[in-house]
Amino acid sequence: MESVGEVEAAAEQLATGAGLDEDERFRVTMAVHEAVINAVLHGNDYNPDLHVEVSMENTGAKLVFVIADQGKGFDPNRLPDPSAPENLLRGTGRGIFLIRSLMDEVHFRQLNPGTELTMIKNLAPASEGAQQDGKAGGG
Amino acid sequence: MALSIASREVDGVTVLDLSGRITLGEGSVQLRDAIRDLIGKGERRILLDLGDVNYIDSSGLGEMVSAYTSAKNQGASVKLLKLTKKVHDLLQLTKLYTVFDIYDDEASAIASFK
Repeated sequence: MESVGEVEAAAEQLATGAGLDEDERFRVTMAVHEAVINAVLHGNDYNPDLHVEVSMENTGAKLVFVIADQGKGFDPNRLPDPSAPENLLRGTGRGIFLIRSLMDEVHFRQLNPGTELTMIKNLAPASEGAQQDGKAGGG
Repeated sequence: MALSIASREVDGVTVLDLSGRITLGEGSVQLRDAIRDLIGKGERRILLDLGDVNYIDSSGLGEMVSAYTSAKNQGASVKLLKLTKKVHDLLQLTKLYTVFDIYDDEASAIASFK
């Protein structure tokens, strides 16, 4: 699982380079952490013969993270809501929920085999001249 | 940084001072073992001081919920003290804020066990 830390560090670096504030950097790195762990544990079922591919990009308007596993796949629309009263005391099942909450857009695509997860964090438009005028950037 | 756990006793309450991350492979299991040990030894009042915990992932949240429920099932209680902003936000996002008894200051937390 050491590689999870490496991917997180790369995501943090990308987020820092994009000028995200500390809260947003935290949301991005946590979503990436959850996505990679999900891919290794639930996607690939911890099978060391299967791989997880990660790519990340700053397009200027958004940060795009793509994480693909080689597992059996799943239906993301059929996951129970972990914040529903009947599920609150469950010990698992919060990963995808957190990813959806922390990022601006989340898309799943079924591969053959595997699942590709795309996560997007929109970047606030840069102010002219990038002046430090004390105005908070949008989220 | 992995999780470090220090234990102390205050007025019959076991306070676990946690520091670091509670994440898969870095603290979840340590926390589970620490709480299991305490309950096994007959401790019934456990307060987790999270003031120095800056990161909990879904696995760590799950571990905290499991600790809460297994303690409750055995007549013990686990409460939380001093959440950092990030942890506070996570507990609100997941609605676990409604599950745990959470305190900002230690004296009030200790008093709540009486």
